[in-house]
Amino acid sequence: MTRPGVRFSAVLWGLAGLVLLAVLWEGYKAVGPVTGVQFFGQSILPKTDDRSMPHLVDMVTRALQPVNSAVGSPPVWVSVIGAALNSLGVAAVGWVAGSVVGFLLALLMQRLRVAERAVLPWLILSQTVPLIALAPVIVAWGGKIQIGAFSWDRWMSVAVIASYLAFFPVAVGALRGLQSPDAIHLELMRTYNAGWFKTLLRLRLPASVPYLIPALRLGAASAIVGTVVAEVSTGYKGGIGRMIIEFAQSGTSDPAKAYAPIAGAVILGLVSAGLVALVGLALKRFNRQEAAS
Amino acid sequence: MTTPVQTPATGAAHAASVAAISVRSAGKVFQVAKGAEVRALDDVSLTVAPGEFVSLIGPSGCGKSTLLRLIADLDEATSGEILVFGKTARQARIDQEYGIAFQSAGLLPWRSVQANIELPLELHGVGKTERSARAEELIELVGLTDFRSRFPDQLSGGMQQRVAIARSLAERPKLLLMDEPFGALDEMTRERMQQELVRICSETGAAVVFVTHSIPEAVFLSDRVVVMSPRPGRIVGIVDIDLGPGTQRSEGLRENSAFFEGVTAVREALHGSPAAPMGVELR
Repeated sequence: MTRPGVRFSAVLWGLAGLVLLAVLWEGYKAVGPVTGVQFFGQSILPKTDDRSMPHLVDMVTRALQPVNSAVGSPPVWVSVIGAALNSLGVAAVGWVAGSVVGFLLALLMQRLRVAERAVLPWLILSQTVPLIALAPVIVAWGGKIQIGAFSWDRWMSVAVIASYLAFFPVAVGALRGLQSPDAIHLELMRTYNAGWFKTLLRLRLPASVPYLIPALRLGAASAIVGTVVAEVSTGYKGGIGRMIIEFAQSGTSDPAKAYAPIAGAVILGLVSAGLVALVGLALKRFNRQEAAS
Repeated sequence: MTTPVQTPATGAAHAASVAAISVRSAGKVFQVAKGAEVRALDDVSLTVAPGEFVSLIGPSGCGKSTLLRLIADLDEATSGEILVFGKTARQARIDQEYGIAFQSAGLLPWRSVQANIELPLELHGVGKTERSARAEELIELVGLTDFRSRFPDQLSGGMQQRVAIARSLAERPKLLLMDEPFGALDEMTRERMQQELVRICSETGAAVVFVTHSIPEAVFLSDRVVVMSPRPGRIVGIVDIDLGPGTQRSEGLRENSAFFEGVTAVREALHGSPAAPMGVELR
């Protein structure tokens, strides 16, 4: 629906934001004192030496060099992409699981007023539990699960935590969407003697799409954050979150290296938002708004 | 209290067949906050014969929409009895005895014109080919042939309302319930739509209950105009309009003296006393 001109200028503004960030970084590094800015003994601006704030050029150069001195070590950017894809897979599983659970909860709350009153406060409360507190519990519970050939893997714990963050926006958004049809449409369905399921299929579901897409996008972003944090707190190896920690630990000797996985995590978030936008594109027909008559 | 005047002529003419609508001393009380009650309808009786066009007219709060909603089984009467083709209102709704159109078109924005018209058929399991054949007929009937694959947001208000009327006719109901369907349209569109409605209704032979607050609209369309008054909502008079069958009602009729007589009669019934107009003061 957007005109190409609008889209083009959006890209332009996005790039301008990036450039501004780079200028701020290099500008402060150039003029700021090496020891940082202190106020009554409290450091309020970082040191500007190369260890604390490496040059942007150094970050990019470092990303193109091998990870370490071992023979056959891949360039940093290659292993960052590998780790990012690993995390994306885990986050996607968490996002799908969270979205399904969130949507089912929304259906339940729409169907039963009582459920809405009983469940919704718990949903809100669930999001106040810190992830760090949750991770060991889930890992411990997961470790006890063993059904036949199936055994709990560590990545599943990460996915569960990601889904724990992802389900909330989907549940709230889907509920709003399912409740969005006007009284006139609901009465029309009543005159057609359409029951709950037919009304859901023909009216509530299509009407919920404009609410569902932003909720799914928010859920995807939450799933990425959840994955990155959960990787660290569950000790899952191979993902981008773990890589951020590992590279940061070599920070004193190789400060520029730590920024590549951070950039990777940012791009991961953007990619996930883009993937959800594709879903939105497929459901574009339902995004039509009712015209004022 | 004025007792509703029934027209024996209409009743006798259709004595053999079941009345399309039979309302007997219906009342509706709404519970509002803190136990207070609002009497929206009080002891209303009305019979509508098959194929008859009846308008309900009156000021806001006179219960005309409430009466329509009781007939449609969107609300339940607190007293009295409402029969639609001899069945309870609830059974008649379940059996899809009526089609309905509201003040706003209420089209589903993600469905094309054709898909909107097909909605009731789709819900009731009518096959795809039969559905599109019926939609085709109706699209032609309401004159939207070039717009069948447009979406509601691409149509004018009048066109949207035509789609809504086509949708209400989809299952060939013998009764149409219309709640100010032209209320949001401009005067020119409105008169054209009235003309079309009168034609469509006489072609399909359906009985119509039409809620409006426009006197000329009620007179132009109806066989009988039911005049209601508020607090509590009740029928204060029924005016017979004799302007010939719907097929013969055209624009010229609006300047006919019989039309003016009808307008005057309805207005007097509304105001409760003979008005002494200076010349013609039509709105």
